[in-house]
Amino acid sequence: MAGAGDGDDEVQWCFSQVKGAFDDDIAEADIISTVEFSHSGELLATGDKGGRVVIFQQDPESKSQPLCRGQYNVYSTFQSHEPEFDYLKSLEIEEKINKIRWLPQKNAAQFLLSTNDKTIKLWKISERDKRPEGYNLKEDDGRYRDPSSVTALRVPVFQPMDLMVEASPRRVFANAHTYHINSISVNSDNETYLSADDLRINLWHLEITDRSFNIVDIKPANMEELTEVITAAEFHPHQCNTFVYSSSKGTIRLCDMRASALCDQHSKLFEEQEDPSRRSFFSEIISSISDVKFSHSGRYMMTRDYLSVKIWDLNMESRPVETYQVHEYLRSKLCSLYENDCILMRCVHEYLRSKLCSLYENDCIFDKFECCWSGDDSVVMTGSYNNFFRMFERGGRQDVTLEASREVSQPLMVLKPRRVCAGGKRRKDEVGVDSLDFSRKILHTTWHPHDNIIAVATTNNLYIFQDKC
Amino acid sequence: MSSENQESEAPLEFGEEKQDSQEKDANPVKSEEAKLKAKYPNLGQKPGGSDFLMKRLQKGQKYFDSGDYNMAKAKMKSKQLPVAGQEKGLVTGDHIPTPQDLPQRKSSLVTSKLAG
Repeated sequence: MAGAGDGDDEVQWCFSQVKGAFDDDIAEADIISTVEFSHSGELLATGDKGGRVVIFQQDPESKSQPLCRGQYNVYSTFQSHEPEFDYLKSLEIEEKINKIRWLPQKNAAQFLLSTNDKTIKLWKISERDKRPEGYNLKEDDGRYRDPSSVTALRVPVFQPMDLMVEASPRRVFANAHTYHINSISVNSDNETYLSADDLRINLWHLEITDRSFNIVDIKPANMEELTEVITAAEFHPHQCNTFVYSSSKGTIRLCDMRASALCDQHSKLFEEQEDPSRRSFFSEIISSISDVKFSHSGRYMMTRDYLSVKIWDLNMESRPVETYQVHEYLRSKLCSLYENDCILMRCVHEYLRSKLCSLYENDCIFDKFECCWSGDDSVVMTGSYNNFFRMFERGGRQDVTLEASREVSQPLMVLKPRRVCAGGKRRKDEVGVDSLDFSRKILHTTWHPHDNIIAVATTNNLYIFQDKC
Repeated sequence: MSSENQESEAPLEFGEEKQDSQEKDANPVKSEEAKLKAKYPNLGQKPGGSDFLMKRLQKGQKYFDSGDYNMAKAKMKSKQLPVAGQEKGLVTGDHIPTPQDLPQRKSSLVTSKLAG
């Protein structure tokens, strides 16, 4: 399967690194909730349920060596969000980082946006490798010198010091969302960004925190009439006036901000008509789109629903141009997947933060899988259960299932393709559908923008793989 | 839901038991739906509708009313306090929330294990 560059050669993926501990008991705070490469691919950020951000940097010495390109070391870590309680609405606000988006680099510092359910923050990550020394009135350690002991003047100079990476919050964008933020997306104009919650999308200027413009509002006048919510939103990579948002009903709306101030009227509506004979109780739930991503080219967009990945040509609204089944075999498990969630829904009251509750929040059938494009848009990738992840070569040529597991954690070990057996005779190295571990799921994956290096997040570990050279 | 002629993956073998899997082959989702309806005959018409969405929108809602709390406390002076476990999830009305009922505010000052 060709990735970036290779003609018809099969790309083989090798293990590079794994981050995080392999404890039997996973602390909730350690659950990874988002992963994102920076625009250059040099930095890789993760966010977790505990509100923390960890940034890895590609090892500068290994970068040029083909075999070690996938070496990433810890660069910076900080607490981005804290748990809060909104006393007015009796609402607990989780510190879980829902999304991280990098800004393109403009100067020596790096900037990223991180968001939880309610508040977006702009973080500046900067390096300090020099410090001023030789003050006249202060010693180097900060103690004040006795003025009478100063007999000559000197000019302080910058001396090298051990590299220190500092993260500081530069902007806090708060109080603009009544519902839970699911997406943020930086505009190609590098001045604005959007944030989307279940019912509204707001447009912000990166410099202005006390105001945001509402550009989409799908809240019905009567909440009883609510039929769909916004599930994801993204700006077009090149056209600063264009963005898309997906819904829980499986539709994608493309909006043009030049058309009007409030983009409730879409410019394009992408929806695949369902065959009425196939309509079932589950139809709407499994058609809910969990992620939408534009291709780097800006010509296509990809959506992820519960069972498949679809690629849409922006010029054609009636149906996707490519559809890939991620885990078709789950069609015959929908009852038990839904049942588990339903039962939990009925007997657990929200406020009870027990084990049962967190299982509900990590519902199977409501799992929000993300998807991503390779740097050259030739391959798309998404996660599944049992710590499997899938890659599909565009044009329907080939697809592969790989696994992020402890067994393949030796450097340069090649990942063997996995197969799931849906029923009947199971071949030797296949995994039966009923043996799949639904608690081990890969929801978040990201692909290096220019190279065949991928980062795959299991529940609490980050795996980095690179292609074999 | 998805057009058959656009699927890229080779069809998986659904099994050797051809006779009863014939129907399953045709539409495994329909048989799953039948299973669900058999178990829960009262399941609503619109599964993805209002209830589900409203629940999604209300994630994180805690209910604590200090007025209720004090009223209940006054009423309860002579009676025994109800235990949290019995009424799964009611923190309003007569039930007096105790510190044990309320979710623990987690300390978030521990460094992530990813950075370890």
